[in-house]
Amino acid sequence: MSLMKSLMGASAALALTAGAALAEPALIFDLGGKFDKSFNEAAFNGAKRWSEETGNSFREIELQSEAQREQALRRFAEAGSNPIVMAGFAFADALGQVAADYPDTKFTIIDMVVDQPNVRSVVFNEHEGSYLVGMMAAEASKSGTVGFIGGMDIPLIRKFACGYAQGVLAANPDAKVIANMTGTTPAAWNDPVKGSELTKAQISQGADVVYAAAGGTGVGVLQTAADEDILSIGVDSNQNHLHPGKVLTSMMKRVDNAVYEAFTDGPDMETGFSVMGLANGGVGYALDDNNAPLVSADMQAMVDEAAAKIASGELKVHDYMSDDSCPALTF
Amino acid sequence: MDKMPKWADVVLIPLISLVLAAILSALVILAIGEDPVAAVKMMVTGALGSTYGWGYTLYYATNFLFTGLAVAVAFHARMFNIGGEGQAMLGGLGVALVCLYIPWPHWTIALVFAALGAALFGAAWAAIPAYLQAKRGSHIVITTIMFNFIAAAVLNYVLVNVLKPAGAMDPATARFAETVHLPSLHELLAPFGIAFSKSAPANVSLLVAVAACFAVWLLIWRTRLGYEIRAYGHSEPGALYAGISPVKIIMISMLISGGLAGMMAINNVMGEAERLVLNSTEGAGFIGIAVALMGRNHPFGVFLAAILFGFLYQGGAELALWTSIPRELIVVIQALVILFTGALDNMVRMPLEKLFLALRKEKV
Repeated sequence: MSLMKSLMGASAALALTAGAALAEPALIFDLGGKFDKSFNEAAFNGAKRWSEETGNSFREIELQSEAQREQALRRFAEAGSNPIVMAGFAFADALGQVAADYPDTKFTIIDMVVDQPNVRSVVFNEHEGSYLVGMMAAEASKSGTVGFIGGMDIPLIRKFACGYAQGVLAANPDAKVIANMTGTTPAAWNDPVKGSELTKAQISQGADVVYAAAGGTGVGVLQTAADEDILSIGVDSNQNHLHPGKVLTSMMKRVDNAVYEAFTDGPDMETGFSVMGLANGGVGYALDDNNAPLVSADMQAMVDEAAAKIASGELKVHDYMSDDSCPALTF
Repeated sequence: MDKMPKWADVVLIPLISLVLAAILSALVILAIGEDPVAAVKMMVTGALGSTYGWGYTLYYATNFLFTGLAVAVAFHARMFNIGGEGQAMLGGLGVALVCLYIPWPHWTIALVFAALGAALFGAAWAAIPAYLQAKRGSHIVITTIMFNFIAAAVLNYVLVNVLKPAGAMDPATARFAETVHLPSLHELLAPFGIAFSKSAPANVSLLVAVAACFAVWLLIWRTRLGYEIRAYGHSEPGALYAGISPVKIIMISMLISGGLAGMMAINNVMGEAERLVLNSTEGAGFIGIAVALMGRNHPFGVFLAAILFGFLYQGGAELALWTSIPRELIVVIQALVILFTGALDNMVRMPLEKLFLALRKEKV
């Protein structure tokens, strides 16, 4: 009897661990690394939140080389990880090759669309969130000139800039928007020194609010803005706490929510095209103790009204990537 | 005679260096609270325990073979070519142009011309520093390393402004056509009834690399040119006295070196990615220096050292996948091996030489 009991216990434990191993989800960070205070870190935070709430563990890897993109995908898929979430558009090519080989594994790619039956492609309406912070920038600016500093010059970042410029002009039709990009290669995501130089250049042109959509480069932008006593706007994660009282707000791109949802849905998740916008809390602006003194009641009312209009579809913000052009800004 | 026996120089010193590096790595792993024995086990099974592991190990090894041979050939003429990285980048550009703009009927023809294109671009990139060294005396170490940066900038410009497909976000070329797909080891071995992992990127360019090893051996030790290269490397005045032109030797050895580094691109660009991405070389040009040093500039030594570094790369990737050992630590382990086999060579050599000397005296 006792033998039987322990046997059954053992098999039950085995079944449990097998189940856990099968369902264990995986997260793959891009070459920028896990702790970039921005995009990858947001993804990690989502996974961490899921892990803390459910008590389950997840697999993760920070890539070292290009060849590892496909390798990591295949290894995780073969080891039974499900779903497998990857942060960044650069995975599109590898995922397109791999997804069909593992029809029973679900994949989630963030910021890019991969058209496969077992892939969920999560894209964000960054232009909507940027529109809101653009309105706030125009309201907070005394000089009537505001800046935008992008990371790598790709359509995705132009989408940020275009939404921002539309928001600025909506709040103040006479305002001037200066837009600069840090570079044309992935190195532009992690160049705080150049971000700092660009900020100084924009200040000399009269800008007194700058919006950084540049990953790790933004750390330099926010630092210089605080040093030069002007306002800045953070991106992706809530960056208000980096320089309390100096960061007007942050354009929140809830990458963490996308990862969290994918992990929560587990192997049964719905695949296809998923848009995270203002309507479903995918993007937004950050308001907390650090920036509360900077945001007047008028400003907040105005932004919230615009947010409601965009969410209901009454107000349409032009998406740069829909036609590769921007009515409010020339690059 | 104060020399060690040959076997001690070729086998014993690298082996002791490796053991020292392994011990230090084990201490580092212990210090962050992981089990070094389990880590080594995971590296060995992950890199050598399956055809999948071998596939990746051999893929990395192919890269290091080309760059290691490149450094070794230049070294025989006492040229320290540390521009393998830039030459391999330009080689990638050569491969991409050949594969993108010419409709090849079959991969065999494409491979020949892609290898030629890669070698041509790599050699061209080495030619300018070589010319500056030969004619103006500008030091090759300085010029080749500066040319790495210029190569990165050139590749960046060409990818972003010329080769990137419209609307794409990645600074990379379009995918090459199906007809230039190089057969992987899986496809090569299948007709012989050997099951090799399908997902591993090792491909037919491994055979090209091994052939290159043999060709370099022939060149250095079995041809008149190789003799001249070695003579020049041993003593410039001596070579001059024997009627060997230094300009000719510098140019030729650097062109061969650049060509070999460039040919790495048939493996990583044509064989693996099948498109040209911005950071396709990923430091293989610099690893080549360590590989050549460890291999004592002999093609067979380079072959063994390349396999070792392939093992370290693939084993490191497995560690990153299945443990919480951070990727920076894996770089530390790789760096320790380079440090001990390359930079700290004399630390092992000197005591060992003394030891052998003492033993010999006793015998006498």
